[in-house]
Amino acid sequence: MNSALILNGLRFVLLVLTQVLIFNTLNFLGFVNPLVYVIFFYWYPLKSNRAVFMLTAFFLGFMIDIFSDTLALHTIASLTVAYIRPVIMRFCFGVNYEFQNFSFKNTTQIQRLTFLGLLVLIHQLVYFSFEVLSVSHFLLILKKVFATGIVTLIICALFSSLFSPQSE
Amino acid sequence: MQRIINFILSYRNAFLYCFLMVIALVMTIRSHSYHQSKFFNSSKWISGNVYGTAANISSYFGLREENARLVAENEELRKLLFNQNEQISANPLDSTVLDFEVISADIIKNSIASPRNYLTINKGAQDGIATDMGVITTKGILGIVENTSSKFATVQSVLNTKSNINAKIKNSDYFGSLTWDVNDYNVVQLVDIPRLVPLVVGDTIVTGAMSSIFPENIPIGVIKKYDLDTSRSFYHIDVELFNDMSNIKNVYLIINKNKEEIQELEAITEDE
Repeated sequence: MNSALILNGLRFVLLVLTQVLIFNTLNFLGFVNPLVYVIFFYWYPLKSNRAVFMLTAFFLGFMIDIFSDTLALHTIASLTVAYIRPVIMRFCFGVNYEFQNFSFKNTTQIQRLTFLGLLVLIHQLVYFSFEVLSVSHFLLILKKVFATGIVTLIICALFSSLFSPQSE
Repeated sequence: MQRIINFILSYRNAFLYCFLMVIALVMTIRSHSYHQSKFFNSSKWISGNVYGTAANISSYFGLREENARLVAENEELRKLLFNQNEQISANPLDSTVLDFEVISADIIKNSIASPRNYLTINKGAQDGIATDMGVITTKGILGIVENTSSKFATVQSVLNTKSNINAKIKNSDYFGSLTWDVNDYNVVQLVDIPRLVPLVVGDTIVTGAMSSIFPENIPIGVIKKYDLDTSRSFYHIDVELFNDMSNIKNVYLIINKNKEEIQELEAITEDE
């Protein structure tokens, strides 16, 4: 229990730093800044107190907002992802995930990738909709969601295979 | 009563979500419609120091180019100085006769991909920086100071949908407002130039004399293309910036010593 807390705290700090110091300054093609910190929601323990999870998500988004001067956009996106995560998990892993002994070990690669993909998609969609906040720029939102989403997904997939957690 | 409590308990996560969402939405709407938040921005202690440390390390990699850029600027300024016809007043360093003062600073955080971009610089209230000071680089304008902490300050970039800077066509007095349509980080828009003004692609755009923030004639960019807006009476001009917004390091802040006097006078005039 204690080690999980330390692990998640460490991840939290490192992801905030990685996001604001590396990925926010990437500007690939002029506008693609992958939001890789979304992998926090993929790594967060599957069976956990939802309230604590949402508060953590709120705080994570808020920290990144302060650093990137986009007050409350990242907060809205992360909070929404944290709230929707159980629904996505039921969709990806079926009713299995409610069993006591469920863990990432008894899921397939495709299931995990779908899970990660949906987290990224929802996060990007919420983030860019609120960032632009105008229906007339619908195409701009779509362009940003898809370009950034694909880059984010690739980097998150690499991250998740590089630092695959042993304990979960 | 029991039922209400049971109801709230069974939907407690949804309630928590709504509660946190409302807080986040209020903050978003406030920062969209009015100024950046005073309390939470990257000029604050923790974010300022993290960015400052990172910039300290990464600045070593661009020293050679930065040096070349500054030498080129010095060369330009020397040329101006030597060719100046009239004698500068007896004591050129007498600060009481100067209208503008300049402070230099380094950019420690820059962004260009969002619709509302802010930069962070490594000087703050301690060094005499205050809200609404103009920020320029050797090539042209950059933005306006929005918030300060004791050691850092955030700057609203010209690449910000809230930015609205007075600009004019060089060597004329036709003025308009500089805005940004979020499409391209090297192109800003100049609006409200009347239809009768003769325009040529490649004309230089500079800051106007209408603002108390920037001195007149600071370069902004050149006209890339222009067309009439929907009312057919004003031009909508695309201006290509002189600055490469993705690659800036050294900036200058401009202090207008007459600003308070100008603003006071304007306030009195408006009241009447």
